[in-house]
Amino acid sequence: MLHIYCPYCGENRDQDEFKAKGEAHISRPLDPMGCTDQQWGDYMFFRKNPRGVHHEMWYHVAGCRKFFNMTRDTVTYRIYETYKMGEQPSVTAESLAGGQS
Amino acid sequence: MSTVSSKKSASRKVAQSNRLTRGGRINRNKPLKFSYNGKTYEGFEGDTLASALLANGVDIIGRSFKYSRPRGIFAAGAEEPNAIMQLGATEATQIPNVRATQQELFDGLVSNSVNGWPNADTDLMSYIGKAGGKMMPPGFYYKTFMYPESMWMTYEKYIRKAAGLGRAPAEWDPDTYDKMNHHCDVLVVGAGPAGLMAALTAARAGARVIIADEQQEFGGSLLHSADTIGGLPAAEWVKGIVTELQRYEDVLLLSRATVNGYHDHNFLTIHERRTDHLTDRAPLNMSRQRMHKVRAEWVILATGAHERPLVYANNDVPGNMLASAVSTYIRRYGVVPGNKLVLMTTNDDAYQTALDWKLAGRDVVAIVDTRANPTGALIEEARKLGIRLIPGSAVIDVEGGKRVHGAVCCSIDATGSKVTSGKEVLTCDTIASSGGWSPVVHLSCHTGSRPVWNDEIIGFVPGAAKEQRLCAGAVHGVYGLGKVLEDGVNAAQQAVAALKLNQPEVELPSTFEPVKSPAMALFYVPHVKPVSRAPKQFVDLQNDVTAGGIALATREGFESIEHVKRYTAMGFGTDQGKLGNINGMAIAAMTMGKTIAETGTTIFRPNYTPVTFGAVAGRDAGHLFDVKRFTAMHKWHVEQGAEFEDVGQWKRPWYYPKAGESMHDAVNRESKAVRDSVGILDASTLGKIDIQGPGAREFLNRIYTNAWAKLDVGKCRYGLMCHEDGMVFDDGVTSCLGDNHFLMTTTTGGAAGVMEWLELWHQTEWPELEVYFTSVTDHWSTLTISGPNSRKLLAELTSDIDLDKDTFKFMDWRAGTVAGVPARVFRISFTGELSYEINVQANYGLHVWEKLFEHGAKYNLTPYGTETMHVLRAEKGFIIVGQDTDGSVTPFDLNMGWAVGKNKPFSFLGQRGMQREDCVRDNRKQLVGLKCSDSSVVLPEGAQLVDNPKHPVPVPMLGHVTSSYYSPNLGHGVAMALIKGGLSRMGDKVYAPLRDGRVIEAEICSSVFLDPKGERQNV
Repeated sequence: MLHIYCPYCGENRDQDEFKAKGEAHISRPLDPMGCTDQQWGDYMFFRKNPRGVHHEMWYHVAGCRKFFNMTRDTVTYRIYETYKMGEQPSVTAESLAGGQS
Repeated sequence: MSTVSSKKSASRKVAQSNRLTRGGRINRNKPLKFSYNGKTYEGFEGDTLASALLANGVDIIGRSFKYSRPRGIFAAGAEEPNAIMQLGATEATQIPNVRATQQELFDGLVSNSVNGWPNADTDLMSYIGKAGGKMMPPGFYYKTFMYPESMWMTYEKYIRKAAGLGRAPAEWDPDTYDKMNHHCDVLVVGAGPAGLMAALTAARAGARVIIADEQQEFGGSLLHSADTIGGLPAAEWVKGIVTELQRYEDVLLLSRATVNGYHDHNFLTIHERRTDHLTDRAPLNMSRQRMHKVRAEWVILATGAHERPLVYANNDVPGNMLASAVSTYIRRYGVVPGNKLVLMTTNDDAYQTALDWKLAGRDVVAIVDTRANPTGALIEEARKLGIRLIPGSAVIDVEGGKRVHGAVCCSIDATGSKVTSGKEVLTCDTIASSGGWSPVVHLSCHTGSRPVWNDEIIGFVPGAAKEQRLCAGAVHGVYGLGKVLEDGVNAAQQAVAALKLNQPEVELPSTFEPVKSPAMALFYVPHVKPVSRAPKQFVDLQNDVTAGGIALATREGFESIEHVKRYTAMGFGTDQGKLGNINGMAIAAMTMGKTIAETGTTIFRPNYTPVTFGAVAGRDAGHLFDVKRFTAMHKWHVEQGAEFEDVGQWKRPWYYPKAGESMHDAVNRESKAVRDSVGILDASTLGKIDIQGPGAREFLNRIYTNAWAKLDVGKCRYGLMCHEDGMVFDDGVTSCLGDNHFLMTTTTGGAAGVMEWLELWHQTEWPELEVYFTSVTDHWSTLTISGPNSRKLLAELTSDIDLDKDTFKFMDWRAGTVAGVPARVFRISFTGELSYEINVQANYGLHVWEKLFEHGAKYNLTPYGTETMHVLRAEKGFIIVGQDTDGSVTPFDLNMGWAVGKNKPFSFLGQRGMQREDCVRDNRKQLVGLKCSDSSVVLPEGAQLVDNPKHPVPVPMLGHVTSSYYSPNLGHGVAMALIKGGLSRMGDKVYAPLRDGRVIEAEICSSVFLDPKGERQNV
């Protein structure tokens, strides 16, 4: 069971309190009606499924009810960081490959 | 003689014939009676069930899984493959598959072997097994009973009866179980020499420490060791360490507590057996078992090593045992499990077993050492005692059926790959074997790390740690008492440093280290015949996997060790291959001409030993299994004899049967009462979300499909919610309480999901909107009165709300007082009748409910439940989200395009989705009404609909019935269905072919069956 640091509560809590909500940083198109079916389909359905570093959105459902983001390794389950909604990750697959974490 | 129990003719046997008069950690002044397979025996306090059975000379404790061969106790701990028992004095306290080696004896313990038919001593299935291993190779069941496929279910019943382990109790478990959560700095797994030193070091540094061990006492191997530590007998030294550990406030010592699971981020589960050693049933007010859930900063694995048996022909005959187990029984329990011992070993350690046996006053026939020139301190000691040593040799076969009679000894070559000279049969009743040690790496694998082969120690050691995990002692191949103690200190010092605590003073006690010669790597003892033709050489005793079976699997093309495991079932038993796995992998490697390092190992998963369901469930059983939610009027419903329905976690009244009424009668009566006069529904369970803030109105515009810009204070509006794909997922009425204040209602089951949905969009996409959401479902009681007389009834209970039909209109709400209580009254309707939803603070709910009944008697005020609610709404064609929709239905499919805003400036959720190519095509399934041609028929919900029931299969499907009820108000069935292009097929006939052969004809019609103009709710 993962041990997750909620960036809003400022504490590590058990995974039981959280819900995984899939890939992070999916933005709703600003002009939905201007999207083609394909663009809309990409936004709605297509998600990354990397082996390794992934940015995910989580929901502290049994806690502060805040959504936040997490950089997590899908192989080792190591959590590199959690960060607030609207912020960008400081750890990425590229930064790790470049040796700067 | 020790075989006495298996012979009926043996009239009377000496009690505990194998018990020594002195020694062991048992209390001879405290005899305990227990039963095994219906016979009563005696043991002592401190015994395990296994040691007590051995003391009484019981040889056969079960039959093997596949070949039904007689089996005896083989080991002394968690690795025991054979002595798997059914425990329990009553039906309710039955526990299957308990290892006799880990079950402490108590007075009155009742045990039985788990297999063997008609009994363990005489098993009919064994004749099939005896007829030759060739008859039952790996994959036997699949290969033999595969065809015809339809018969598998029949075969399976008998196969399961003949094989299988244990049985679950048929009655409710009378005991309670619980769970406990912990955090600690250092969790030490195992309280042997390494674990104790690690815990001591961490404790002295001031760390918060938990140390857990599966045995009843701390000490691990030291409890049966001949060693001295710091000049004290090992067990005495243990006592001193434990006494010190008990003094620290922040040190938790858990015995009888197996660390069974090592999960991600250093989360470990510990299964503690609190009363299993005391009585059949837990004492009053005491939980039987406890699951500890520990989150540890650092974990130190000090799980030691299991001795590896040797694989030779007929090595499963009772009397074959692990060398260290024999020592354990002698030294710890004062039990010698036989009279004449042959010891076969590849290493020096096992010599101790022969010494122990000899010192117990029994006969050591010979030590057969696979090495040509063994030298070392223990070997010298054996020689001094006059024990015969046969070097460069091996026991290749065993004589005897229900007990060992002889060991067939041959010399072998230096690599142990073939037999080099003729045989000598050594008469004996016990053969102890040792192939060296296998580190107990199980926990290190649980989070995905693969063990690594180490040639030097001839075993797998834990792979690189993913977590903050350290190892101490034999678990990573550190052997020799002095080194093990030091390793425990080292591991703890690493943790202490990482925790930024001060390093404590720890002095290493003195130990005696005998000089030893190197061990030989031998995983398979050669026979004069090749592996495929030799008598059965067992690798995995619990699953009856033989060396020949593994060789066959590799010949059949199973080369990956994971495939070999699954094909042969090696390591699949309740013992998880603790004894056999390494030998099996080595044999697979050998037959494929690879090294063990190349073949690798399968990995172990939780749990290390079986855990009872009780411990997993804890208190979450019976009435605590799931949360139940009750409304404020629940007591009243119960008193009125309501039948209840589960809606999510809520208990909702389903219908209120009067004496002698069927459900059908009750629902008909309730339905008519609403349409004829007035009924009342407890609608408190509907989700209610209070929405406030300057951005609230705009937020609603974006979340709902319809427009909210112009909804005035005092007004209510029905809304549909769609996901971004344009599919309906919830509906409800939202009311404007103030300019920046709304009350949203949701479906009962959807409340939590809607709340999350609102938060999601607010927090992730539109944080610029200032708006706040609060769940107020439980804060309000909702009492819905519905029917032509509802206004008259309400008028009797309120003086400050003007109920005039022109001022308090349909879809208005008013604040005021009802039955003397502040209330919000919403004039909305889910029945199509004149209705008022009275909302009061939840704790006034019952009061207002009862007042309504005081005044309602003259109007025949009738309580109605969810079933009547469904009938009434179906008469009106009102949808239930989740029943008439299934996540693939747009508002247009529901013929509810009127609820989709056309001119909303912001592209609301679902707008783009419902205009995708597939969502705007013709012939989508659309919600319509269905009226059966035979008005007495009610269509079954879920029935599939077709145009032509006589069409050859496959018949094109049109859709299905989503809702269907008998309408007492209309006198016929009413149904709704999703039908392809249904809205443009009014008047068409469709057919529902049913499973029972009937074909029901129905006509597509409007889904509004009653009062199509909606006049009844507008009076």
